[in-house]
Amino acid sequence: MSENLAQQDSPPGAVALLILSAAGAFLGLMATALSPDPLFRLEGWIFTLAALAGATALTVGVANGRYRPDPGRYEDGVIRAGAIATLFWAIVGMLAGVLIALQLAWPRIFYFPEFGFLNFGRLRPLHTSGVIFAFGGNALIATSFYVVQRTCRARLAGGLAGWFVFWGYQLFIVMAAVGYLAGITESREYAEPEWFVDLWLTVVWVAYLLVFLGTIWKRKEPHIYVANWFYLAFIVTVAMLHIVNNLSLPVSLLGSKSYSAFAGVQDALTQWWYGHNAVGFFLTAGFLAMMYYFVPKRAEKPVYSYRLSIVHFWSLIFIYIWAGPHHLHYTALPQWAQTLGMTFSVMLWMPSWGGMINGLMTLSGAWDKLRTDPVLRMMAVAVGFYGMSTFEGPLMSIRAVNALSHYTDWTIGHVHSGALGWVGFISFGAVYCLVPWLWKKDRLYSNALVEWHFWIATLGLLLYIAAMWVSGIGEGLLWREYTPQGFLANSFVETVSAKHVENIVRALGGLMYLSGALIMAYNIYRTIRQPAPAVLPEASGPIVAAAA
Amino acid sequence: MWKNHSKLERHSLLLVLGILLVVSVGGLVEISPLFYLESTIEKVKGVRPYTPLEQAGRDIYVREGCYVCHSQMIRPLRDEVERYGPYSLAAESMYDHPFQWGSKRTGPDLARVGGKYSDAWHVQHLTDPRSVVPESVMPPYAFLSEKDLKVDDIEARLRTLTRVGVPYTETALKNARADLEAQVDPTASGASLARYYGDKVNRRDFDGDPDRLTEMDALVAYLQMLGTLVDFRTYEAGAPENQR
Repeated sequence: MSENLAQQDSPPGAVALLILSAAGAFLGLMATALSPDPLFRLEGWIFTLAALAGATALTVGVANGRYRPDPGRYEDGVIRAGAIATLFWAIVGMLAGVLIALQLAWPRIFYFPEFGFLNFGRLRPLHTSGVIFAFGGNALIATSFYVVQRTCRARLAGGLAGWFVFWGYQLFIVMAAVGYLAGITESREYAEPEWFVDLWLTVVWVAYLLVFLGTIWKRKEPHIYVANWFYLAFIVTVAMLHIVNNLSLPVSLLGSKSYSAFAGVQDALTQWWYGHNAVGFFLTAGFLAMMYYFVPKRAEKPVYSYRLSIVHFWSLIFIYIWAGPHHLHYTALPQWAQTLGMTFSVMLWMPSWGGMINGLMTLSGAWDKLRTDPVLRMMAVAVGFYGMSTFEGPLMSIRAVNALSHYTDWTIGHVHSGALGWVGFISFGAVYCLVPWLWKKDRLYSNALVEWHFWIATLGLLLYIAAMWVSGIGEGLLWREYTPQGFLANSFVETVSAKHVENIVRALGGLMYLSGALIMAYNIYRTIRQPAPAVLPEASGPIVAAAA
Repeated sequence: MWKNHSKLERHSLLLVLGILLVVSVGGLVEISPLFYLESTIEKVKGVRPYTPLEQAGRDIYVREGCYVCHSQMIRPLRDEVERYGPYSLAAESMYDHPFQWGSKRTGPDLARVGGKYSDAWHVQHLTDPRSVVPESVMPPYAFLSEKDLKVDDIEARLRTLTRVGVPYTETALKNARADLEAQVDPTASGASLARYYGDKVNRRDFDGDPDRLTEMDALVAYLQMLGTLVDFRTYEAGAPENQR
């Protein structure tokens, strides 16, 4: 009888999800039990335990009627969880980055011969995936759920599906990360997870697309707001890239190993078509969506130009997708493809700066706020770094420049000016905005701590980029230096030891950036623990009250 | 024009369709020709699929993420050709699933490392890089000598590679395990090894411990054949069939 009662109270989606979790746990257990591959069994256990935990939580929730829909209010719980996950993974991912930076600076201290799983080759994907997919991905999912509800004036679609997306994505992160340490990898840059993790991400991603689109379908505003175009382009294109690039054939359905469907030159271009557009759509389009919502909101000014945002949007997504071959200059990739990639990369400068101008000019009439509001300043600086790295990128994609910069630390510096300066700062800014809104506080715990975060992170970032310019351009020149007699002047290892100081400065810069994130975590924790204000801020009220 | 855009802003499926159309063009134009233009990969003599032992070594190279620091792609630039050897051809990685060209040289390029150092050097260097090259920043891989090479699924692995386009014959697949073991044992018959992979295949104990078949054996066997398949004394870069 109690079961009947519970089903009356709970939406059918919750019960369906409960059944799916139980089925998932069963399948996971079977695969784990039958597999001869110890690495696959490790992942199988993780999946099974996660599905069991999900089924248990759902059982308790359904039994208590906890999932009764409340269509009059926004679904904010999943966004609160997302904001916390964003900070958690930021710290994990950056910690891995600092550790591998220390390994390059002091290899005798930071390598452990008895712990091979902590070698650079296994930790580096943990760092890159940790910051891109775990930190960046959680920031994107959380902010997109917030923005789509507010700009559509509709509750998140699909009931518990939003929570499935959140926890499913965390499971993807954990399976990928444990896999890297254990040696489960396809070793294709930024697409390292093996076939079964890729499949799981595909399931989660399709659910994400449906939740997002479903919310748009429920909208009470006639127009879809510009931020949502960018989120949509990010979700749709990443799905396309992920599926095509990860086409591979597993050796066994009960084993972790697979082989890419493509080989050599075709594999290389498919991978960099994916790789560069992981930058273009994951790290750019999605975060531009953040810019188009949070910068105007925080500055209390409308977006600078509606027409510019239309031109910006379509030209950016059209041109970005061509830019991949610039990662393969002077390689065995046919020259026509390299030339196409270079041409479009240079063209890409224009839409990128169009977006930067649209973001920065939104502040016109509100420039004084940069002095008093460190959160807005952080986001403005993010847009500035976006402009800088999207100028540096086209420069490095020119074949003659690339001859020097490719394979060097310059590329690493370029990526970090985009990742720390643009992606990191705009995400931090968005989370600083979101937390008081979501937890119904009138302000952050401390603006002074935001100032500390801003300045430590900015200085660390500048140290990092400068060190990588010096070491990258330096090693590029050392590699091609000739003696007057016409011999190569330097052995390879001389160019390695020449970078020792720069490697130390880089590690210091990274440590400073990480310290900023730790300060932020403390500030956010104290903000959440603040007593509630007497009057609720407007943005977190029920749907009707939030109408603009 | 601006008015028409509001249609896209009002119909989410039109917007999704528009996005899909716009983002498909670049990939279709750039990637798909690589699969049918014959000029994409040169026709050169000597390139063959990896022997079972070499492929097992390559799988370890992939597992350890060596590509994050070592490229396998020599560009046609004077200093690279003089430092590493002839520039890499597309044909030389045509059986590489996945490709391992890399994007970063924290360590040197490995496309032609085969035969440049002795097996003993490789073993010592992998075990403790700084005992051979004091300034090196490479991690130690001593554990490779401790781990027995997993050989029971080598046939299944090569069979999977066949399905994605590597031309192993049925005999080569059936003999995969025997061939693998024959490559580290010069006294074994290993007839099919030479018949299918040619008589230039390196056959010896690679890790300095003839009693054991370890992951170190496989990795060193792979490193020692890298870039050695094409004979550049006879390769004519200017020949029309090699022009791209």
